[in-house]
Amino acid sequence: MGKTFKRPEALTETDTHYCPGCTHGIIHRLVAETIDELGILGKTVGIAPVGCAVLAYNYFNCDFQEAAHGRAPAMATGIKRVRPDLMVFTYQGDGDLASIGMGEIIHAANRGEKFTTIFVNNAIYGMTGGQMAPTTMPDQRTTTSPFGRNVEDVGMPIKVAELLAALQTPAYITRQTVIKPKYINKAKKAIKQAFTYQLEKKCFSLVEVVSTCPTNWGMTPLDAIEWTEKTLLEYYKLGDYKIPA
Amino acid sequence: MPKVLMKGNEAIGEAAIRAGCLNYFAYPITPQSEVAEYLVRRMPEVGGVFLQGESEVAVGYMLFGAAGAGARVFTTSSSPGISLMSEAISYIAGAQCPAVFVNIVRGGPGLGGILPSQGDYFQATKGIGHGDCRMLVMAPASVQEAVEMVMKAFPLAEKYRNPVMVLGDGLIGQMMEPVEFPDHLKSEPTNKDAWSTNGMDHRNSKKRNIVKSLFLDPALLNDNNLQLKAKYDQMRSDEVMFEAYNTDSEYKGLVVSFGTMSRVCRTAIDLMKADGIEIAMIRPKTLFPFPEKAVADASKKPTCTHIISVEMNMGQMVEDVDLSVKGHLPVSWYGKCGGEIPTPEEIIDVVKSRIA
Ligand SMILES: Cc1ncc(C[n+]2csc(CCOP(=O)(O)OP(=O)(O)O)c2C)c(N)n1
Ligand code: SF4
Repeated sequence: MGKTFKRPEALTETDTHYCPGCTHGIIHRLVAETIDELGILGKTVGIAPVGCAVLAYNYFNCDFQEAAHGRAPAMATGIKRVRPDLMVFTYQGDGDLASIGMGEIIHAANRGEKFTTIFVNNAIYGMTGGQMAPTTMPDQRTTTSPFGRNVEDVGMPIKVAELLAALQTPAYITRQTVIKPKYINKAKKAIKQAFTYQLEKKCFSLVEVVSTCPTNWGMTPLDAIEWTEKTLLEYYKLGDYKIPA
Repeated sequence: MPKVLMKGNEAIGEAAIRAGCLNYFAYPITPQSEVAEYLVRRMPEVGGVFLQGESEVAVGYMLFGAAGAGARVFTTSSSPGISLMSEAISYIAGAQCPAVFVNIVRGGPGLGGILPSQGDYFQATKGIGHGDCRMLVMAPASVQEAVEMVMKAFPLAEKYRNPVMVLGDGLIGQMMEPVEFPDHLKSEPTNKDAWSTNGMDHRNSKKRNIVKSLFLDPALLNDNNLQLKAKYDQMRSDEVMFEAYNTDSEYKGLVVSFGTMSRVCRTAIDLMKADGIEIAMIRPKTLFPFPEKAVADASKKPTCTHIISVEMNMGQMVEDVDLSVKGHLPVSWYGKCGGEIPTPEEIIDVVKSRIA
């Protein structure tokens, strides 16, 4: 029997800097498998965010640009407009996309820019040490909500997939997670679908991936998975929110 | 090519196309929105890209993305818009990508006013973005010169892989003058395979390119900034442009002035000459690199007693003039802002009183 499992060509051999139990690595792998399967490595440009995935350019084997905090969708727009033949994806956290970069993602989606966004929602700012994000759950403790997120004071967490799905421009918007194998297969299909829509020059595509940050949640990796399933997935419902006609 | 009568803003748009730049991203702001209104029609005719972004912040990064992918790209804006682009300009400089920014300056600070100003001198030459970044800045004094500078900006940006700015006061954008689009300034795009994210297939390579300004290792950041410094030093030695006016005379005073303001100063100098008073002028065409040596040399004329920097702001370039003269003669400033432009008569009065 030949090899049945190997490192995707789209991933470098570099060890990642992600913490144990962090799901960024799994998401990287799903994106890389998709790039391999579609045979697009040589024409793909990734855009790294400012956040824990800032060094994504070390892990993917394709051309990469490093954005400023939140601006990846504007950079992807610039690339796609001047080189529509390239396959472009942004990889962004929830602070990056849903806070400082909210304007850029809404307008890119609304213009129907033909790139793909992988939106990693871990309900916290990972890289800067666990501050509150726009996606932080009610009563969730972070370093800037030490007594729990007070929704009277700072509002409810933002549901990005639902918000973008409300735009009238056709798009593919879906929410997935990768905390267990049963979810991973679906997430993989969604990521591949998103890239396929781009390949067909059909529409903007965004896959929100509900993710873990055991380090800043102050949990073991197993507890983090359980908390994600019980708390985050209750609020951030999985599924397709918009499919192009 | 025959001369055509054109509004500055439209001529700037056309100049970019003639220079081979077919990619334009912008956000509307007075007094330069005519560039976008011109290019939205013109770009499709030449198979180019036109996109109105959602903000100047986004436009700055559209330029960064497009430039990183190897395209020749530019934007136009005015003062408050340039402030919003300054983060992107810093990233573009840090990542060593070429891009051209045109600033048709209006009065500030804040929302300021919409009339011509030179109030962004400091921002353009010294404080365009955080970190150790600088831009090559050219300042046209006529629509014709704006055309030539825009056309030169692209090859310069590509030569240095750095942002280049054409800084015109509002009048340059708004006035109509006869212009000729010179053929000899047409520039060929350079080979960007060595660094741009134009796709591995596109350049027939298995080696990926990464466009970034992040260097977590202090030694690598230091290296990158040394590379930037070497480029800025080379600009200082190779790219200085200025015009010397009436410097062959035995002048008693030296005026330093750029852009539209220098045209008023020229009239004042001609009127004084007719009256028997010799005054010379150095007109910087590049603001960074500043023509330090030209100003220093001109200040050494034995008959010269005073140097005046005349600006449409509250005194910004005067600091560079002062640094150039190095204290051996008095240096002073005269100017107005908010859209008020000093008249030749005012300049004559000021010059006469200071050289006395
Ligand atoms: C303009 C700007 N503001 C703030 C920061 C600091 N900063 C770096 S990463 C980050 C938050 C990242 O959080 P998120 O996007 O949720 O990604 P994660 O680290 O959780 O993957 C912040 C605020 C910055 N680099 N730039
Ligand atoms: S801090 Fe959180 S998001 Fe960042 S690598 Fe660690 S677990 Fe992952």
